[in-house]
Amino acid sequence: MSDFMHLGNLKKGQTATISAIDTSDRAVQHLMVLGLVEGTQLEFAGAAFGGDPLEFRFNGIALSLRREQARKFQVTP
Amino acid sequence: MTEAPILRVKPEQISITPRISGRIAVVGTPNSGKSSLFNRLTGLRQRTANFPGVTVEKKIGRLAVAGQALQLSDLPGIYSLSPTSLDERIAVEALLGLMGRSEKPTALLAVVDASRLQQGLYLLRQLLELELPVMVALTMTDVAARKGISVDAEALSRELNGISVFPVVGTTGAGMDALIKALPALTQAKPAPVESAWAELSQLAAEIADKVPSVTRVEVERALVDRHGPLGVEICDLLGSEVTADMDRQATQRLGGEPLLAQEARRGHQWARTLSDRVQSSSPPLKRLGARLEQWFSQPFPATLGFLVVMLVVFQAVFAWATPVMDLIDAGTGAVGGWIEGLLPEGMLTSFLVDGVIAGVGSVVIFLPQILILFLFIIVLEDSGFLARSAFLMDRLMRGLGLSGQSVIPLISSFACAVPAVMATRVIPTRRERLATIMAAPFMTCSARLPVYALLIGAFVPVQQVGWFNLQGLILFGLYLLGIGGGVVTALIVNRLLLTGARSQFSMSLPDFRRPNWRTVLVQLLGRAKVFLRRAGTVIFAVAVVIWALAYFPRADIASPLAAASEEQSNLAAAAQLEQSLLGRAGKLVEPVFEPLGWDWRVSAAVIAGFPAREVVVAVLGTIYAVGDEASEERLSERLKSATWPDGRPVFTLPMVIGLLIFYAWCLQCAATVAVIKRETNSWRWPAFSWLYMTAVGYLGALAAFQLGS
Repeated sequence: MSDFMHLGNLKKGQTATISAIDTSDRAVQHLMVLGLVEGTQLEFAGAAFGGDPLEFRFNGIALSLRREQARKFQVTP
Repeated sequence: MTEAPILRVKPEQISITPRISGRIAVVGTPNSGKSSLFNRLTGLRQRTANFPGVTVEKKIGRLAVAGQALQLSDLPGIYSLSPTSLDERIAVEALLGLMGRSEKPTALLAVVDASRLQQGLYLLRQLLELELPVMVALTMTDVAARKGISVDAEALSRELNGISVFPVVGTTGAGMDALIKALPALTQAKPAPVESAWAELSQLAAEIADKVPSVTRVEVERALVDRHGPLGVEICDLLGSEVTADMDRQATQRLGGEPLLAQEARRGHQWARTLSDRVQSSSPPLKRLGARLEQWFSQPFPATLGFLVVMLVVFQAVFAWATPVMDLIDAGTGAVGGWIEGLLPEGMLTSFLVDGVIAGVGSVVIFLPQILILFLFIIVLEDSGFLARSAFLMDRLMRGLGLSGQSVIPLISSFACAVPAVMATRVIPTRRERLATIMAAPFMTCSARLPVYALLIGAFVPVQQVGWFNLQGLILFGLYLLGIGGGVVTALIVNRLLLTGARSQFSMSLPDFRRPNWRTVLVQLLGRAKVFLRRAGTVIFAVAVVIWALAYFPRADIASPLAAASEEQSNLAAAAQLEQSLLGRAGKLVEPVFEPLGWDWRVSAAVIAGFPAREVVVAVLGTIYAVGDEASEERLSERLKSATWPDGRPVFTLPMVIGLLIFYAWCLQCAATVAVIKRETNSWRWPAFSWLYMTAVGYLGALAAFQLGS
């Protein structure tokens, strides 16, 4: 999956749509419950100190994710 | 910090009145306005209790409408029926009836946040599967409107096959009447009609549930989806190993290899997205102050700067703003003491009232203004969403210490009190990070340390400006840093040496910045003041009385102070009395232990008396120095300054005071914290470790300061 664009590659303020998810991890499954599923449009709002974690906005929600989890979500701009 | 202080009513007072005709659970996502809706519905007719066997709080309230008595319960916020934390698990178990039949609601009031409609509808979809009557409260319509979102409640109701949808505004109470009027009918209503979101899953679950009569279809569905989570494991235990094995085999064959939770989330959100697109319309958002602040504070540098400025202001405020009120309280207690002394003849009763009660309790109550200012800041920071932001910003830093971003909220609320902070660590999903946070939290300077710090700083640090700041405020800030440093090092040590296990994956919802709700802030602040005054009136009062008695008896066979010719003589007589009292003898006994720290027997006795609750030390010092001193118009701080060793050297030298401050910064002098750590970790090991470790560190710190400084 690393060849594709994932949530961790987005630039600040950029929007994208989730296209595929590596769902093997339980934490990722719980993020899907929060609404990070295929077809969800989101905006990368910025990173904390040292570039991690990352903040995303979607469906009226602001959610923070660590980079290692963001990599599991493939996106198309 | 998170728990709202509410009126506690005994269970029997609630159940005397008419038979309860329905148990309605108020369910919703976190921060959906669920609790303020619940408060609006039940007012003060509510009580808090724990769910059986666990310390998760549940609020129960009563509502009488149209001659019917309804019992409402406010469950912890959840995003779905697949829990990730203990709080969520308890809520889901209560909904399923796994907590016992009396916990199972007969109807649901689902709270759907209009500003985050899709997430609310996703949860609603799962709630509908519970086959209970459901009604929807559409909250945050005002917030949604500011964001340019409007939700058509009637259309939503139509799309949901006629389930009632009531838009309400929590802050103004608009729409509440209609909602309340509809509640009695809800308990008699039929379960909400729903077609399954995932027919294959429901079909399989129904087949399995047929084999085990005590388990429902919904429970099997939850077990399938959350197969390896604690809830799934618990339900599988009910099914038995044979049925579980069969269930697993069939699931792989019929539902595919991808984790079921992922499949369910995908289907559920597809449904919720389609529905929310149909019922909501959007227009450009209003310019919101909060949005601009959010933008500003999601950048690391301005946020940190803002955080530091806020903290400095807090410490300045604690000294500067509180002083006038404190002087007032001081003058008040002095006047009352003087009045009693003038009214009553010299003797035991007068000494008891003036030296025991007024000097003891008064010396603690005087710090109420400072404590309230501190609490005010922390409540506002939490209520405005600032704390959640700092959790996000500091995650990386926290990870380096073996903690997680989620540790930030308990650690900051620990500046108010470690007890709710230790309870707030429940949101941290991994045991390892949770324990490290619990071990670090009592190091944060809690409000009970404030009286000790304020007394010593007020007495021994000169009022002096250093640049823009006053020196006293800076020293206080330094003591806070000392506490933080202690916590940081402890977290590192505990993580390296004692803890093993997985580290967490950090993800959390960041609430919007918003203006704090002044009503909530005020209610919480009053609750804190009540707790503090109650402690002053009970524990601290009792200790002050005991200490007074120990200091007053037995009476020395020396000339009464009245007969003494000069003030100096009468002071000497009082000091001699104190020294041969029970307290004096006990203090002398432990003096050798604390002498290397530069503490005389009075300070040692006060510190020992303070082990159950650290602010007691101020009351004890107040009593000891009042009994041992005839010139009672002086402030305690003045008395401390003039305290001497028998050979005339002052007791409170600078190195000794610094050592004493360090001791209080690090030592775990709080029985309530020890008890809550025991309860939350379910063993004596951690509270025992924490107590021994912190006491040792405090002692060594004070020893080093005194020995190096002298």
